[in-house]
Amino acid sequence: MSFLPYALAAWLFFVGLYGVATSRHLVHLVMCLAVMQSSTYVLLLAIGYRTGKKAPIFTSGVPTKVGAVDPVVQALTLTDVVVSVAASALILALVIEIWKRSGKLDPDALRKKET
Amino acid sequence: MSRRARLGVFGVSAAVLASLFVWALTGLPKFGDFQGEYGRILNSVAGSERHVTNVVAAVVFDYRGFDTLGEEFLLFTAVMAVALLLREARSGEERRTDVVRSDTVRAVGLFAVGPTVVVGLYVIAHGYLTPGGGFQGGVATAAGLVLLYAAARYRAYRAASPKALIDFAEGTGVGAYAAVGIASLIAGSAFLANVADLGVKGTLSSGGTIAILNAASGLAVAAACVLIFHEFLEEVMTPR
Amino acid sequence: MIPLQVVAIALVGLGGLAVVAARDPLRQALVLGLYGLTLVSLFVVLQAPDVALSELVVSTVAFPFILFTALAKMRDRR
Repeated sequence: MSFLPYALAAWLFFVGLYGVATSRHLVHLVMCLAVMQSSTYVLLLAIGYRTGKKAPIFTSGVPTKVGAVDPVVQALTLTDVVVSVAASALILALVIEIWKRSGKLDPDALRKKET
Repeated sequence: MSRRARLGVFGVSAAVLASLFVWALTGLPKFGDFQGEYGRILNSVAGSERHVTNVVAAVVFDYRGFDTLGEEFLLFTAVMAVALLLREARSGEERRTDVVRSDTVRAVGLFAVGPTVVVGLYVIAHGYLTPGGGFQGGVATAAGLVLLYAAARYRAYRAASPKALIDFAEGTGVGAYAAVGIASLIAGSAFLANVADLGVKGTLSSGGTIAILNAASGLAVAAACVLIFHEFLEEVMTPR
Repeated sequence: MIPLQVVAIALVGLGGLAVVAARDPLRQALVLGLYGLTLVSLFVVLQAPDVALSELVVSTVAFPFILFTALAKMRDRR
């Protein structure tokens, strides 16, 4: 049972990878890429978790004896979440340009070269 | 290669990768039993060393501030690339008109724009005291602008986000982050070291350079999101 | 592992499958928004409020906006 979060990360990664490989629409591909990215967030946070401890915020009035989970993996993940939106926006801009030039959004149809 | 052959190759390689992946995951420490000392040490000293209560914000902007500098530049480059791709072919074309026909949408939306922007700024400002920070609050502030577009006319949205100002804000946010690092060098310490006055823990004036870097990254992320939304919205509004 | 974590993990797993299984991009964008909310609940249960905040604000505002505008743009000529 304690392997469940890591299994979830693996499940999300391969489900997203299957979606990317068998996709028939470029925007569907971008969303499956987002699922693959979320698998890395789950893996990072699952690694840093400590049973029974709380979040690493120590405002006054919160007892500090109970301890906290690891803050370094949370720092890595939270900047990653916001920056991945910008990267996905770049991919979507490329998709829009592809559509403007060829009118097609199916990756298989784009493979055939038209001279 | 035909699609079926391609999927066959994918299936075989995915099966191999999946087995290796799961085998590697079984080598990780048991869930809930992370033994890393770096995080444990940071949890116990960050409050007294930097006078902040949100240790994650201290890690993002101070202990691992150099990584965040890289992320900021990543954001900047991605936004610049989006603008480059989508801006060049769009000079002087006529725009569609859009009308919000529902009074409820207009009333509730316009009523909510102000509180959304204020909450976003609050989340940015208190980032090193409570959960929040420049990244979260920046996107939330940009969301207020999106609400302006959804509730009012497109012209109101364009009036509220002039292109030159947003470009300037984005560059200023990212540049201020690097400038603080250089200021630390000039003050005689390492790049991005915390050299400002540390203040009183638990109030807004604490953390030293963490507060400045937090505000800079909030500005940069908010401007980046507004720029991205602006580019995509312009694409929809100019039919070809 | 407390039952809340098991439920959150199950919801995220089902949500990920639903995002990939939805083939029409417009519906998939809505499912992606819901999947983001399940991720937020998982992050909160794993004691990471900062990450949950950024995932919440990204998956309910930023991502659906760029997806819907991109889809609206590409629906014109067809």
